[in-house]
Parts: sequence; structure tokens; C-alpha cells
Amino acid sequence: MAQESSIIVKDLNVHIGKNHILKNINVEIPKNKITCIIGPSGCGKTTLFKSFNRLLENSTDTRIEGKVLVDGSDIYDSMADVTAIRKKMGLLNQRPTPLPMSIHANIVYGLKIHGIKDKKIHAEKVTHYLKVASLWDEVKDRLDAPASKLSIGQQQRLCLARGLAVEPSIILGDEPTSALDPLSSKWIEEKFVELKKDYTIVMVTHILRQARRIADYVIFMYMGEIIEHGPADQLLENPQQPLTKEYVKGIIS
Amino acid sequence: MKKAEEFFFKLLMKGATLIILLCLFSILFTIVMKGLPSLNWDMVSRIPEGGFYIGKEGGILNAIIGSLYIAGGASFLSLLISIPIVLYINVYLPKNSRLTKLVRSTYDILFGVPSIVYGAFGFTLMIALGLKTSMLAGIITVTFLVIPIMVRTMDEVMQLVPKELNDAVYSLGATRWETSLVILRQVAPGILTAILLSFGRGIGDAACVLFTAGYTDSIPTSLSQPAATLPLAIFFQLGSPMEEVQGRAYAAALILTIIVLLINIISRILNNKLSKHKI
Repeated sequence: MAQESSIIVKDLNVHIGKNHILKNINVEIPKNKITCIIGPSGCGKTTLFKSFNRLLENSTDTRIEGKVLVDGSDIYDSMADVTAIRKKMGLLNQRPTPLPMSIHANIVYGLKIHGIKDKKIHAEKVTHYLKVASLWDEVKDRLDAPASKLSIGQQQRLCLARGLAVEPSIILGDEPTSALDPLSSKWIEEKFVELKKDYTIVMVTHILRQARRIADYVIFMYMGEIIEHGPADQLLENPQQPLTKEYVKGIIS
Repeated sequence: MKKAEEFFFKLLMKGATLIILLCLFSILFTIVMKGLPSLNWDMVSRIPEGGFYIGKEGGILNAIIGSLYIAGGASFLSLLISIPIVLYINVYLPKNSRLTKLVRSTYDILFGVPSIVYGAFGFTLMIALGLKTSMLAGIITVTFLVIPIMVRTMDEVMQLVPKELNDAVYSLGATRWETSLVILRQVAPGILTAILLSFGRGIGDAACVLFTAGYTDSIPTSLSQPAATLPLAIFFQLGSPMEEVQGRAYAAALILTIIVLLINIISRILNNKLSKHKI
């Protein structure tokens, strides 16, 4: 691949219990692009995605083989520091998950656990990242209000701001717009496009049109395997594999 | 035919509901009717004086204080034991691991053990440790009784925490311990409920303190002294042939009920406060 890669997956196999969930995954995620992982339900797209920040190992009976290189180092190396790996990646869940704290404390939380205690820096970062997430104007007068009182769309923007505040280089989105209203979804999509100049964005989506709108690179998965991956226009408009063709045309979903 | 069937089952449900309402009402009614005449300021402000048990002067302050100490001490001790347990099985161990299942069935079994068995066990333990009947022995025994209640209540609320919250905290680079602290904030109202439920159960139990805490007419000033408790104050006075003393037993029961009721009300108020940040 000509361009730089942010995440490189080599021969990744994941078993959960007796099920072989991911089969021989080899793929490279390009830097500063939006990569969409698409495929039908249960194809392993979320599992692949969770293998990037080692969230998989919190479940029972998970066996992971192979390598995932992030910025050149293998995150499954026994010496790897799992918290440092996760800090590199901001996560947006399907449903927004604000922490049970105030709006201000939500953003400061990440700073605090990484040892930044200065109140002045806290205030600066809160302002900055709320502005990046375009939430500042809506919440600047009630930073001490519980985050749970925000609307779902606002909560998702808060989660984005919180994730960005620990200064990751990669943003991971697990169908981050699926619980949102159309306007909030559109906003997240536009924000991702805006943010890709500074971040690598990986997003799981089951909405093909969303992938068409914002993806630069697409990975198509089916039954635990990567069937095809490539630049978005090529994969979505001119797929090479019969399965990808059927999926893109909407024959299977 | 369908209509009759519907009518019949509806009547059955209404009747059953009525029974539980009547049950609470008639218990309260009995205690208030029989206890209120004997309830006076002396009852809650004085300790038994000479001849109290044959109807003379004094009160049951000794038992009120003793019960609060024992239930409070036991709730505190079991909190120290329960929180690590629920964090371990909910945050540290993988979901549905074998050990998690083992811990859950263990506390379920302990939950069903009758309190007299805890009382007997506490008594044996007390002798083995060389303790005398004392407040400490009572606290330890009641702790055994309330740990399963506390762990179970906390575990239930912890299992309701969305897994996405853990993932969200982990992805900020938090360790498991830091994640645990966030989870604790989320379940704070549930923890409060668990504490108060345990306290209510602990303060009302007679069998646990019967052999272990002893009974005394004075207010305990150290853990090694015996302590009177409200359930035993009720028990001893109710056995008296004298009507006046029996009335005092009901008054003691009324006091115990009011304490439990107060705890309930306080927990509701605190619960609303603690729920402020809950997502």
C-alpha cells in the first residue's frame, strides 16, 4: 500500500468459546482516513473492531492469535501496556455512554486518570474539546449539570469530546449514529470528515449509504472473514467478489 | 365463558393483593394499639431500673442503643467485605466465568440459611475464639447474616450496568480499579439500598444475637461488653405474665418498626440525591 497505515492486522484469529469468530484477518487501516467496516449482522465486524483496543479479552473464553500493530508495535505483545494502547483510541459506542458525573467531570476524568491535576489545564481542555465537538455553546452555562440530563445527540457529542480529550490518534466508532436522530447523525458524519485530517477513523456501520457518504476505505466482512477491502469508491461501485456485489446491491444484508 | 374466566382470575388477583395490604395494615394496627399506651418518653430515654421487668420505672434505651450499635457495626463490616466481592465478580472476572457462578450460588445458599443457624455458628465461633457474649460477638454474627443480603442486592444492580459503560471507561485508558470506581458511582443508589436493607434486617434479628450478644440493662461502652437488643427486649417482655410488661414489649416493637420505617424514608431521600448523575 502506498500510503501510511495506522493499524496493521496480521493473521488475526479470534475464538470465543467453540466459535471461530474471526478467520485469518489480514488488513491495513490507512492513516488519516475514514475506514468503514461493513457486513451483515454477526459477521464479526464488531469483534474485529474491539480487537483494536483489546476490549475483547474482557469476555470469557476468548482466544486471540495473530498480531495487531498500532503505530508499529504489536498490541498483543505480552509486554504491551493495555491502558496506553487504549488511550491512543477514542471510542464511540452505539448508544452514548456518558460517565455518571457532571458534564465537566466527564471530560476531566480522562485527564485525571492520566495524571493531569492542574485545574487550569482542566478548564482549558474542557472548553477546547467541547468546542471541537460543537457542544460548548449549548452547555457552557451548565457544566456542572449531570451529563445524563443532555439529549442523546448531545451525549454522543460529549462522548466524542471526552474521547478526544485524552488525545488519541485513532477514533473508533461502533455504529455511533445508530441511536441518534437524523440531524445528530448527520452532525457526527460531518464531524468525522472534518476530524480525519488529525485522526484515523475506524467505524463499524450497517448502513451502506453512510459508508458511501463518508468512507475513504471499506472493509467488507462476511461470516468472520474479510471478503474484500479497498478504497471506498472502488469497493462500493465496482466490487470484485460476488458476495460483495450481492451485499452492495442489497441482495444480502 | 371467557368473561367469567377473566372475572374469576381478576378477583383472585385483587383478593391476593388485598391480603398483603391487610397484612401490613393489621400488623401496624396491632403494634400501635397495644404499644402506644405504654410508649412514653421514659421508654426511649431511660434504661431499665430496679423492678422494670415487673412493671416499675425505666425504659429500653439500652436495647435501642445496643441494636443500633450492632446493626450499624455489622452493616459497616459487611460493606467492607461485600464491595470487594461484587467488584471482583463484576469488573475483574470475565462475564459468566466459573468462579462468578460459584460465588453467586454460594451467596444464594447463604441467603437462605435461617438466622438461628448463623446464631449457632456465631456461638461456636465465639467459643473457639475465646470471646465472651459481647457486642463484638453479636456484630460478627449479624455480619454473617447480612453479607449475603448485601452482596446479592449490590450484585443485582451491578449486573444492570451497561457493559458499554465499562468499555467507555477502559477506552479512556483507565485501569480496572479506576473503572471500578466509576461503576461504584453509577451504582451508588443501589449500594445505599443494600446497606439499609442489611441494616434493617440486622436490627430486627433476634436469633443471631440470642447466644452471642447477651443482654444487659446498661448501655454498652465497649465491644467486649454484652449488649441488649430490641428483638430480645420484645422477646423477654412478651413472655411476662404481667399485662403492663407485655404492653412494653409492644411499645418496643413499635420503636423497632419506627426505626426501620425511618431508615426506609431516609434511604428514599438519599437515593434521589445519589441518582442525580446516574445514566
